[in-house]
Amino acid sequence: MTDKKALKRESIIQASLQLFSSHGFHRTTIPDIATKLGMSVGNLYNYFSSKDILAKEIIKYTSEVLGDEIRAVNMLEISSKEKIENIVTIYFTMAKEKPEMIEYFLRVYLSHREVFKDGCEGMTCVSGFITEIMIFFDDGVSSGELRNQDFFSAFGLFMGYLGGMVFLKGEEILPRTLDEYIDDISRNIYYALKSE
Amino acid sequence: MAKPTLLWLQSITCNGNAHSFLNHPDLFSILSHFELVYHPVLETPYSLEVLNQKMLGCDILILEGSFKSKGVQKAGVEVLEVVEHYAKKAKHIITAGTCATFGGMFKAYDPENIAGFCYNEEEKTSRYENYASKLISLPGCPIHPKWLSYVLMMLSQKKSIPLDEMHRPQELYNITVHTGCSRNEYFEWKVDTKGFGLKEGCLFYEQGCQGPFTRGSCNKILWNDTSSKTIVGTPCFGCTEPSFPKTALFSTKTNMGIPANMPLGVPRRAYLTATGIAKSFKIKRFEERIIDYED
Repeated sequence: MTDKKALKRESIIQASLQLFSSHGFHRTTIPDIATKLGMSVGNLYNYFSSKDILAKEIIKYTSEVLGDEIRAVNMLEISSKEKIENIVTIYFTMAKEKPEMIEYFLRVYLSHREVFKDGCEGMTCVSGFITEIMIFFDDGVSSGELRNQDFFSAFGLFMGYLGGMVFLKGEEILPRTLDEYIDDISRNIYYALKSE
Repeated sequence: MAKPTLLWLQSITCNGNAHSFLNHPDLFSILSHFELVYHPVLETPYSLEVLNQKMLGCDILILEGSFKSKGVQKAGVEVLEVVEHYAKKAKHIITAGTCATFGGMFKAYDPENIAGFCYNEEEKTSRYENYASKLISLPGCPIHPKWLSYVLMMLSQKKSIPLDEMHRPQELYNITVHTGCSRNEYFEWKVDTKGFGLKEGCLFYEQGCQGPFTRGSCNKILWNDTSSKTIVGTPCFGCTEPSFPKTALFSTKTNMGIPANMPLGVPRRAYLTATGIAKSFKIKRFEERIIDYED
């Protein structure tokens, strides 16, 4: 793919991400996306042959973006405690600055499983992000800082917690900004995961 | 032309490698290429006492067992003294088994004082420099008889044996025990076995199999020309590795479900990405028994 085509492809992903997250997956049409980008519907289909395929590419894209950020944290020579704080900060900052990324995961990916069941089975489309969380856990247990336990019990605690807070923020239920929760939430996660 | 002289000397050993070699279907045909001067089990022309007088010829020296610098005697003579005499004389030294190569099982008894001939696990011993030029490492607990026959026949034909950085023949040790395992499809799709001895499932994820990170050709050159540990449903114990023996051999060490040891040379990120995807698919054939027995 040429650089120009790759850029166009990414701009389609970003425009669709915003529309799907704000208007809803079913209420957003391919012509809506084309209009937003000022391109023809026919040309858009040259990049993505269906809305479902576009939806799957978006979840891979968001997973890679978040995964890359966590990867940078994994590469740092810091404690697991500090890494937790960094990851919480990254997640909440993304929810604040690019809310469509997290909204898409919570309100499209998790809510429309019928769209993703073929082609995004299990971890297939979110492996970029999951792999980095696995590496974070593995390093923490290897160094003795985190308690060895089932992956999903730790993963659910960490990511379920963060997703839940962003969801509450989206529903305008949280009384404070997400930034103000970073310290407490990081500490709670650390206390739940650290070795006894 | 005179046949090369062959000596098989033992230090601290269980005889496992000597016995393993006796299982070679072509044992005497192989030995016919050499003048067998001394062997601990087979009948040879010279006794241990004569051997200890350090008068015998030695072109090829096979060493079995681990070494202690002092205090291990046979027929009243320090073993290491006799071994070093013949090692200096030999054109080729083969350390047969993990004990002679890295220290192995007997090193575990006295880790401070017992080691292999040229290696103490992965570290070189003080003897290494003297013998490195003629050293061939054949780790294994025990060695497969055909690993030794491969080396002996190559030497008898005066062919060079490509060795790796620890002097192991690349032909035998540049693959892992995983290579050729009958369970590879289950490994690829991350389907664990439901129990020891079953034909179905991979032993790497829960049952402690070290095959994917253990160098050796157990699944390429089968044991008794028939089978291997992993094929019959027992995990590979990593017996060819410098770190052998480990403990807890029947369970896989994991960190939050992630194997603590990756397949040889595979970066952790690559492994986790590939297996995370593989695990997402349920392949019906791999959930079923290979043979439907009628009860």
